[in-house]
Amino acid sequence: MWSQCRPAIAVFVILSAVTGLAYPLLVTGIAAVVFPWQANGSVLTNSAGKPVGSRLIGQYFSEPKYFWPRPSATSPVPYTAYNGPLGDCGSASNTGPTNPKLFASVQRRIKRLRVADPTEKGTVPVDLVTSSASGLDPDISPAAAFYQVQRVAAARGLAVSVVKKLVEHLCQGRDFGVLGAPRVNVLELNLALDRLSSIQRAASQGPR
Amino acid sequence: MTPNAWIQMGLFVLVLVALVKPLGAFMARVYEGQPCGLDKPLGSLEQLTYRAAGIKPDQPMTWKTYAVALLLFNLLGGVAVYALQRLQGLLPLNPEHLGAVSPDLAWNTAISFISNTNWQSYNGETTMSYLTQMLALTVQNFVSAATGMAVLVALIRGIRGKQTDNLGNFWVDLVRSTLYILLPLSFVLALLLVSQGVVQTFSPYKKVPLLQPVSYVQSTISAAGKTNNKTVWVKHQVLPLGPAASQIAIKQLGTNGGGFFGVNSAHPFENPNPLSNFLEVLAILLIPASLCYTFGRMVGDTRQGWAIFAAMLIIFVPLMVGCVWAEHAGNPKLAALGVNQSPSALMSGGNMEGKETRFGVTDSAIWATVTTAASNGSVNSMHDSFTPLGGLVPMWLMELGEVIFGGVGSGLYGMLMFVIVAVFIAGLMVGRTPEYLGKKIEAFEMKMATICVLVPPALVLVTAGIACVTVMGKSAIENPGAHGFSEILYWASSVGNNNGSAFAGLGTNTPFYNIAGGLLMWVSRYFLIVPTLALAGSLAKKKQIPVSSGTLPTHDALFTAWLVAMVVLIGALTFLPALALGPIVESLHLWH
Repeated sequence: MWSQCRPAIAVFVILSAVTGLAYPLLVTGIAAVVFPWQANGSVLTNSAGKPVGSRLIGQYFSEPKYFWPRPSATSPVPYTAYNGPLGDCGSASNTGPTNPKLFASVQRRIKRLRVADPTEKGTVPVDLVTSSASGLDPDISPAAAFYQVQRVAAARGLAVSVVKKLVEHLCQGRDFGVLGAPRVNVLELNLALDRLSSIQRAASQGPR
Repeated sequence: MTPNAWIQMGLFVLVLVALVKPLGAFMARVYEGQPCGLDKPLGSLEQLTYRAAGIKPDQPMTWKTYAVALLLFNLLGGVAVYALQRLQGLLPLNPEHLGAVSPDLAWNTAISFISNTNWQSYNGETTMSYLTQMLALTVQNFVSAATGMAVLVALIRGIRGKQTDNLGNFWVDLVRSTLYILLPLSFVLALLLVSQGVVQTFSPYKKVPLLQPVSYVQSTISAAGKTNNKTVWVKHQVLPLGPAASQIAIKQLGTNGGGFFGVNSAHPFENPNPLSNFLEVLAILLIPASLCYTFGRMVGDTRQGWAIFAAMLIIFVPLMVGCVWAEHAGNPKLAALGVNQSPSALMSGGNMEGKETRFGVTDSAIWATVTTAASNGSVNSMHDSFTPLGGLVPMWLMELGEVIFGGVGSGLYGMLMFVIVAVFIAGLMVGRTPEYLGKKIEAFEMKMATICVLVPPALVLVTAGIACVTVMGKSAIENPGAHGFSEILYWASSVGNNNGSAFAGLGTNTPFYNIAGGLLMWVSRYFLIVPTLALAGSLAKKKQIPVSSGTLPTHDALFTAWLVAMVVLIGALTFLPALALGPIVESLHLWH
């Protein structure tokens, strides 16, 4: 038994150095050169070069003029990705399919959508009233976006057709036409909306 | 179910099957010590390791020496993982100043990672420093996988050995598995994942502004007992970062499954899009499936490997279809509330609670099946929120003993135990001496195989029973009714078979669950490895009997079907009563 001690210690130290230090360092080094944007969180910037959020991590929107994202189970506010060492981070509701809490939450969310836009009377796309796995889902389905077009257009004083066109423009299909599910990135959509509104404002206020 | 769901499942199986032979043949070359194409860049590192460790690569080991070396190495790993967690506050590469991990959580995590289970009672981004993630957890992701592969190779040497004590050299199998197989594959996968948006950096967490600030009401109770409500405005979001891609690559390839972040592969920084999802889910089954071909190659008859592969696939595919179907069917109670769950070109539809939009129900259900068929346990959706029958599939796949592909190495050596049981029972039925690949199967072999087949179910059922009748066990339950029992049964099945996925509503970061879970993971890993090696040692000593007209063929369709029947029967008989109390009764509640 003792004869295996030296190999055990030596192999452990060497494999730790190779797989726990050299390998992650090498991958980090290559990533920093070849994919610096992706490796550091895919952060979007505005025209002034200031960061405005990550393309991959969703943000919470509750004002009628913005498209709303998936419900999120994080605390203290939805879409909390990190809130200190003792705080919350990305998380799910983990409510089961027969849990009354699930039905109550879904009912509450449907009501909120109906109050925000009484003209929309159709059934609600499921992803808009169920919470995501990460609590940080950056996307909604195109169906969920189209469901909100009326409300957003009214709140911004934009034509419904203009907002609809914007959503269509930003819709992503399945990858390679096969993988995943169709979706729209909510932060990108809302940033584009703000740009559109400011262009429109400038046009209506500008000198004739 | 939509045509796209069928296409996605078909594509996954097709690509997997296509990769089995090339990778399987490559791994056979690695274990036979033949040139494999990577000898130039890595050979000197291998030789250096042997020299520094005083290892003579061609020195044979008996099964006992092999087991001692393996256990010593794993013990050392456990101590290191525990120590790094407890001391991380004093160590570098801790930009968020995370403190020491609590003793019971550190014990649970140490066993969890050395045993290739990777059960997590914590959130990585709030608990583990960058150094702990790399030097404690990433390392164990590699070497726990390599340990499983080494045991498999020792068993193969036992099966084909001719009156010998020699099972090979553990150190050589460990080092070659790590350097030639796991490291190069992880390196390529890690870079592919970064290109898709998986983070890989040593920078501290990044603060970004919110487009729309959010407020919440904070309630504090003053010393006088008065409640003060204060509105707090949140104007920023903190993005957790770290060297994630390098860990996620090996987490999938080594069937480990421990997430860099708390929500595992559902976190957009771990799994940003459907392409990264496809690569990761493929990586889970890649090595376990390919090892079937490696086995065939090494015993000199590739048909033997394909027969086992076919048996695994025959059980896997219907369960995957079943899970995808159940999740597509959605939740009838939500439909009644006015929710649209019908799949269309504009949305995934189905049961979307606890799932990500970019994956939809199809990719989530495929992943759930794959991650529990293999003993991986990473999740890209929350299994706790699956429909009852959708959740039954991953639960039962674990309960089958993690032999439907299973863990790297451990899945196939587990399946070979079922093969031995199958051969033995077939032999009894037709009145022939049971033999497998020229080796007589006798009382000792049967005892060892039976231990390996029956210990995990016994552990799972007894522990789940204890948790169900104690306050410590029941107080962790999140969902009421039958689903609460499912949460406990899922937990025990997961840790008792070294899977690591969870019905995560169960709050398991308590001393009871941490300590009991640690024990279960430890027993189910090492109390199966030792009998497996003993069996290998006993087989190696036996004479090779030539094939005769009395030999039961173990490479044909009949034997494959027989093996499938054995696995399914044992799994069904053992767990049907428990499953009836959990997911089955819940499904009846939901639909009637």
